[in-house]
Amino acid sequence: MSEPDTSKPVMPTSDQPMIQIEGMHKWYGEFHVLKEINLTVSKGERIVVCGPSGSGKSTMIRCINRLEEHQRGKIIVEGTELTDDIKHIDQIRREVGMVFQHFNLFPHLTVLENCCLALIWVRKMPRREAEEIGMKYLERVKIPEQARKYPGQLSGGQQQRVAIARSLCMNPSIMLFDEPTSALDPEMIKEVLDTMIELAESGMTMICVTHEMGFAKTVANRVIFMDGGEIIEENDPEEFFSNPQHDRTKLFLSQIM
Amino acid sequence: MSLHKEPHPDLPPPMTSVGVIGWLRKNLFSSAPNTVLTLIVAYLIYISAVPLVQWALIDADWVGDSRDACTGGGACWVFVSVRFDQFMYGFYPESEYWRVNLAFGLLVALMVPLFLERFQRKGWLSAFILFIYPFIAYTLFYGGSLGLKEVETSLWGGLMLTLVLSGVGIVASLPIGIVLALGRRSSMPIVKAASVVFIEFWRGVPLITVLFMASVMLPLFLPEGTHFDKLLRAMIGIVLFQSAYMAEVVRGGLQAIPKGQYEAANALGLSYWKTMGLIILPQALKLVIPGIVNTFIALFKDTTLVLIIGLFDLLAMIQTAFTDPKWLGFSIEGYVFAALVFWVFCFGMSRYSQSLERKLHTGHAR
Repeated sequence: MSEPDTSKPVMPTSDQPMIQIEGMHKWYGEFHVLKEINLTVSKGERIVVCGPSGSGKSTMIRCINRLEEHQRGKIIVEGTELTDDIKHIDQIRREVGMVFQHFNLFPHLTVLENCCLALIWVRKMPRREAEEIGMKYLERVKIPEQARKYPGQLSGGQQQRVAIARSLCMNPSIMLFDEPTSALDPEMIKEVLDTMIELAESGMTMICVTHEMGFAKTVANRVIFMDGGEIIEENDPEEFFSNPQHDRTKLFLSQIM
Repeated sequence: MSLHKEPHPDLPPPMTSVGVIGWLRKNLFSSAPNTVLTLIVAYLIYISAVPLVQWALIDADWVGDSRDACTGGGACWVFVSVRFDQFMYGFYPESEYWRVNLAFGLLVALMVPLFLERFQRKGWLSAFILFIYPFIAYTLFYGGSLGLKEVETSLWGGLMLTLVLSGVGIVASLPIGIVLALGRRSSMPIVKAASVVFIEFWRGVPLITVLFMASVMLPLFLPEGTHFDKLLRAMIGIVLFQSAYMAEVVRGGLQAIPKGQYEAANALGLSYWKTMGLIILPQALKLVIPGIVNTFIALFKDTTLVLIIGLFDLLAMIQTAFTDPKWLGFSIEGYVFAALVFWVFCFGMSRYSQSLERKLHTGHAR
């Protein structure tokens, strides 16, 4: 993997899809939580997933890096199919970074240690080299001065930016965002969204579960609406917001706008 | 009426709310019932402490070499000082005391750098203490090689035996307890079942039974002629028993770690053992330091139970000493001394755990 080019946005045109989901189903016990999900994501695409709570948005993206297991259908990430094989799971987790609603930083480690941990223990990188990379990404999310602090000493917005930096350190080709701004105080949402916009401009392939419709309009090149465990509607943002096709989409948009 | 625009200056608090008088008023005499309680407690302290000090310090006899020296009517500490060597070393041959002193002295010397902030190689030193030092200590204690005279474990006793038993118990029960706790939370059914059975079995039997089993029953099952040291059997019994308790303490900590920590570690590609070792256990163990130290303290005091299988720890040595016809009637001094020694060690552990908690506190929130 080469470094993402930060100068120009990469256009979403590539032959091999980054992520291919075919006929995926998932059950929690008796509860059919995901039904017949089909989704193809090309390199450089920015996809926003929205929908009412409990619609399976988070579950869907969590299936992509095997935080949740799907029971039927196929998930192929960069040519590797996700199976029970731990090698395939590890391979896919190398390519996929994830940012969580509650940041999930490691509270017993400093900000810099949070960033370096996986480089040192998964990538077997020497500490000095790992710290250089950690600092590089902390600078990119504009908080290098917090490197020696513990997560508990940072604001929510800063913590989420550290979490983004931590994922980027592993040099993923795909970033998953699971409601990254939902746990933040209103005045901190912008700093996180700005970081995500900057990342999108650098050409990162992104799937974001979010309720930030402003972000969807400016950044996404596709919006997916889910309800009841199904993908109901899928369109480019302009069409999606101005001309929604389904009643459920219309209802949802009328409730949040 | 106009709005007060200037910031109000800070005024000093009233005299009666700060200083000694303020403290007394706030804490001891804040209301009529509290004043009465304060006076009652003060009286109780007075009537119990004065005779105690009189007995233990003022009227006590400190020097001499037999009971004839005790004429003051107070405590006869001569008893303790005459028997002091036995209380410390049991029946260990007097000419070999230096080996015990050297072993414990070495341990203390090795542990000092661990408490120094600036010392860099704490990991290596800890590993040395955990994996190499026990062999050095065993060689010194037991002898039989390097020209050292062999000293049977049946001669070990007193505080030395208490420290050996509790030291081994503490060092071995924590890792076994951690493994059992992880096993009990494992998704693998056989591992989980084995851990549950182990923990519930050892937690369900009294330590006395375990020690009896180890010393009386176990030899019956072993092939005839197998020599299996009694002290070793007691140690294994204590370790297995305490590790079951430790497992439950550690499990309490594991359960307090939010699921998000596992998910973040998984998403970064960390394996199960790395997730546990680097992310989950450091946090979980920090949370349960009070519980772990509680178990250590209980273990330390429980080692006194070995006296029922004929091992002479500190308490057993003291009890033996005051059944000596020459020293009949000095059991109170003996027990007070035993209590004091145990208290010093337990209090030390308690203080250390508190300082450790403060040191490891990094300002929480996920």
